[in-house]
Order: sequence, then structure tokens, then C-alpha cells
Amino acid sequence: MSRLLTYLFGRLPIGWLQLSHNKARLVAAVSGVSFATLLVFMQLGIMGALNSSTVAPYGLLSADIVISSEEGNTLTDAGEIARARMFQALGVPGVADATPLYIGNLPFTLDNGSTVSLLSFGFDVSQPEFVSPSIAASFASLTIENTVILDRDTRGMPASVIDALMAGGRYEFEANGNTLVAVGTMNIGGGFLADGMLAMSDQTFLRSFPARTSSAPNHILLNVDDGVSVDTVVERLRDALPSANVKVLAADASAQADLDFMSSERPTGIIFGFGVFMGILVGLVIVYQVLSTDVADHLGEYATFKAMGYGQPFFLGIVFEEAIVLAVFGFIPGLIVSIGLYAGLRAVTGLPVEMDASRAILVFLGTLTACTISGAIATRRLAAADPADLF
Amino acid sequence: MAESFPIEASGLNHFFGEGEARKQAIFDLNLNIERGSLTILMGPSGSGKTTVLTLMGCLREVQDGSVRLLGQELNGANEAQLVSLRRRLGFIFQAHNLHESLTAAQNVLMGLQVHGNANPAKQRAAADHVLDLVGLADRRTYLPGNLSGGQKQRVAVARALVSNPDIVFADEPTAALDKESGHTVVQMLKTLGQTRQTTTVMVTHDNRILEMADRIITLEDGRVVSDRVPKTTP
Ligand SMILES: Nc1ncnc2c1ncn2[C@@H]1O[C@H](COP(=O)(O)OP(=O)(O)O)[C@@H](O)[C@H]1O
Ligand SMILES: [Mg+2]
Repeated sequence: MSRLLTYLFGRLPIGWLQLSHNKARLVAAVSGVSFATLLVFMQLGIMGALNSSTVAPYGLLSADIVISSEEGNTLTDAGEIARARMFQALGVPGVADATPLYIGNLPFTLDNGSTVSLLSFGFDVSQPEFVSPSIAASFASLTIENTVILDRDTRGMPASVIDALMAGGRYEFEANGNTLVAVGTMNIGGGFLADGMLAMSDQTFLRSFPARTSSAPNHILLNVDDGVSVDTVVERLRDALPSANVKVLAADASAQADLDFMSSERPTGIIFGFGVFMGILVGLVIVYQVLSTDVADHLGEYATFKAMGYGQPFFLGIVFEEAIVLAVFGFIPGLIVSIGLYAGLRAVTGLPVEMDASRAILVFLGTLTACTISGAIATRRLAAADPADLF
Repeated sequence: MAESFPIEASGLNHFFGEGEARKQAIFDLNLNIERGSLTILMGPSGSGKTTVLTLMGCLREVQDGSVRLLGQELNGANEAQLVSLRRRLGFIFQAHNLHESLTAAQNVLMGLQVHGNANPAKQRAAADHVLDLVGLADRRTYLPGNLSGGQKQRVAVARALVSNPDIVFADEPTAALDKESGHTVVQMLKTLGQTRQTTTVMVTHDNRILEMADRIITLEDGRVVSDRVPKTTP
């Protein structure tokens, strides 16, 4: 280790030697950084799951443009929009096709007596081009009254039910006074949005939600003509439709708007953001504490080095070297434990908590930055190393 | 023009404290020290020996008067000039001031790396050679915590001498040592200094060392009260 660092720095790795000499301090510092890294990873993991839950339903759709009511917050937390807007939109040049989308939460009582809510999507099943190929294939079976496709990750649903469905079986259940028959499964992964999800025909949807009418869907999905720019059509639609109460967004912009809403307007997003901030703060304080104590403990040695003719850059180098050592050694266990905890969380909650490389790199760079900032603050104590006090 | 000395002090005054508490520690010091000589500073505690040493060694700012060190005026010199001058000096402190996390060889190496590290292998060889000269060849990889007081001070001597400094300043280098190891340390300082033409200025109370000196200067209350050559010049 020492030899490698000597080679890297082109000088003795004083920072590393100093840190590794005091094993207790090194262990405390590294565990502190690991813990802070872990905190940040957990917050980001859950936040990431929240985000992927938020946009997961978009994976069901295959649309270029979404028209919604201004009152809605997100795709699945939407207001109602007059179906008349769909016919207006079809008259706009560049619009190839349009379909209504109905969304509602269907309460469902499990065998064990607990009630879960199933996020239900009602499609016009004569237009499979508006959904992803994975469920478009099942649309034929949805034309039969009261049939649905059930999300595989539905909470509280016995594995035997899902297995039977996947093997081509059926599953009958009562919801909202209506008997529904699941005839297939889909895999959306929206753990934070609902306990489970259903896809069904608009007819089945309206029967399940007697209060809703076919004239007021939640969204209108549009596809544009080949070779026409989506943004251009969005602009045309905004001009053509009454501006009051109507929101026209390209599908990806709509997903982004949902993410922004969830991370800035919903308490969960704010809480996790705060958690990340706290993790970073804990890391900063621990590293600062360790490095400044270390500087204070070595003032005599530093003063000696000053007397020998070492300048300020040398001392800054030592402190930053220590900061980097702490960042690297703290990050690695933090990452490993986080990967384990992610797997645990996934198994227990069914939430899509995944470690991806970009998050790992981001957190590593963050750890490095935080340690360097702490190191920079700790170097202020170096001024106290006065070689005149040595004799 | 007169021969130039490695250390020339003239009209040197030094004060500690501010305002009411301001107190003069050095009074009108005039001193030229010859190249290659071993000069010993003596005097009672508080007489200003350490202050003189730190002023001449670029460790303390010169307030009034002049110190010319290796031809460079220290009064008014900037930090960069001081740092580069310090690299031409060697210091040995009362406490050894070795870095506890570095081995004996690494501590000595620190005395070389201040000049850069273009040739690490050569530097390691030089550090090992000096450790050999102070009789610690078999203690290279020891941490200071595992060395005796005398051995540590010998490592400190090796560190101060390894870069062939023009001047070595030592402040009571034997104070923390028993008589025998103290004598060994000074003997080494003296022999190594002679072979390398190093100018050495040492503060000591140790009477048995006095006879090794080329010149003995005694301070009292910040003034030179005697400046002599020892009875038996070696
Ligand atoms: N940092 C300081 N602050 C204030 N007074 C000091 C300081 N260092 C030394 N002195 C004073 O200067 C005088 C000379 O001290 P010093 O050079 O340490 O003497 P010596 O080394 O001969 O014992 C003493 O009176 C001492 O109290
Ligand atoms: Mg003294």
C-alpha cells in the first residue's frame, strides 16, 4: 500500500502512514465515512425507487403526446378532461391518432381481510398501438367483459395466484361490487404508487367505477404522423385547444414533470432529499473532526517539516491525501453494505430499489468532494504549526 | 572586501510581547561565524540562546538589525526566500521531533525529499548511508516508538545532515539523553560536520562537549558576555 502510494505521489505517503499508524482513529474515520455513504445510498435508493415508480406506468404506454387536465398532479394522480378535446385534437395537422385513458384506484379486499388499492388503467382495446407491445398482445382477451390483466408485484397477492395466471390460468375476484377475472399478468413495477395495478378495457373500467363517465377520461393520448416533430405538434395543439384547464405535453416531458412534482411538491421527495443532505452533513462533520484532530496531533511534526523547508503545498497535500484515503476506504464498505441492504429492501417491500453504476459513481464523487472540503477546512489549523516554537 | 561569513549578525535586537508587556530579549548582537566551525552558545536559562538560534535559522522574523545568512539578508525577506534558505539548513531540536508514523529511514528521507524526488533510489541509498554513519544501519525500518532516546536523536542527526546542509543549528541536542549517548551524538555531529565542511551552531550546557568547540560564546540577559576559544583545541 505504502509502496504503491509512494509511487503514485512521488513522495512518502505521509498522510496514509499517519492515518494507518493510529488504527483506532482510522477505523473510526472509515466507519464514519462508510456510514455517511450508506445513509446517502439508502436515501438515493429509496428516492430512485420512488422515481422509477412514478414513471413506471409510462412504460405501459406508447404515445407521443399526453393531454391532461391542469388540475392533475401526475399521470396516475390526474384530473378529468373532456373527451371533446380528443376530437378537437384529431383535427390538428400532424396528429395521427388519439385515444382516451381512464385511471382510477380500485379498492380490493384480500383473502386475509386487508384492503389494498389497485391502480386501474382503462384502455380503448381496439387501439393496441397506444400501449407497449408487452400488453398489446393481451388486448384481445380484454375485449371480453370484466377481464383484467394483473400486475405481478401486487402486494398481498399469493404467489400461487400469479404463478397460475402465468401458466395460463384465470383468477376471479370481487372488487367494488363487481366480479373481475384476471386473465394475464404484466410487470410494471410501480411499488410506491399503489399496492398493485390492473389493465382493462374502458368498458370494464366504467363498470368498475360507476361514478365515471366515458365522456371524461383522465388523459388523451396522441400519436403523431411519421416524420412530424412531436414538439411542433405540441405547439399546434396548445394553440388549437383552449388554454384554460388543458395541459399538453410530450410524453417524456410529462414523465419529467411527474418526477419534478414528486421530488419537490410531495413530502416524501422532500424527506428523502433531506436525508441525503443529512448523510452528507454527517460525513462532512466526521471527516472534518478526524482530519482536524489529526492535524492538531501532528503540529509538532509539521512545524519540524516547516523548519526543514517544506512549504504550504506539502502540508495541504498531506491533508488532502488523508481525505482521499478516507473517501476511498469509507466508500467501498459503504457501497458493499448498501448493495446488500438494497437486495433486502427489494425482497421485503417489493420496491424497485436498484444500485446502478451512475449512482455509485455519483456517490463516490460526492464522498470525495465532501472529504476534500472537510480537508480544506481542517488545513486552517496548519497555520498553528510554528517552527519558532520548536526549540 | 572582507571574507564573507555564512552567518553575519549586526545590530540585532529582538523583542517579545506588545505594549506594556514588551520585553527586549536580545540587545545589539554583533556576530560573524566562520565556515566549517563548531560554535557553542552558552549561558543561563533565559539568556536568549534559543532566540538567537531561531533568528539565525529563519524560524523567527528578524525585527531590528541585520542577519545575513549564506549571503541573504533575513530582515525583510519573504516567505519563499525563507523556505528556500531553510532547505540549506539542518536543525536538531532538544526533542528529537521525529515523525512517529515514519520509520527511521523514512524520517531521514524527509530531509532529502524537501529538495524534490527526481531520483528515489539514490535518495534511499543516501538515507541508508547516513543512518549507517550514525550507527543505525540495523534500525532502518524501526518506528521511533521502538528506538531508545539516544537512537532517536541519532536519527534526528542523520535527518539534519543527510542533505549536506551548509549550516546545522542544534539546540541542546543532548538535553534529553544520558551522558554517554549525548556524547556519541555530539561526536557524530562534530565528525560529520568536519568531513562535510558544515558550519555548526549548538546550544549546550554540557561541559564535556565544550572542548570539542572551535569557539564558545556566552550570553547573559540577551548580551554576549564572553567570546573565547576553548583551552584545548582538538
Ligand atoms: N515566545 C516567547 N514569548 C515571550 N517571551 C519569550 C518567548 N521566547 C522567549 N522569551 C523570553 O526571551 C528571553 C530569552 O529566551 P530564550 O531565548 O528561550 O532563552 P534561552 O534559550 O537562553 O533559555 C527569556 O526572557 C524568555 O522569557
Ligand atoms: Mg532555550
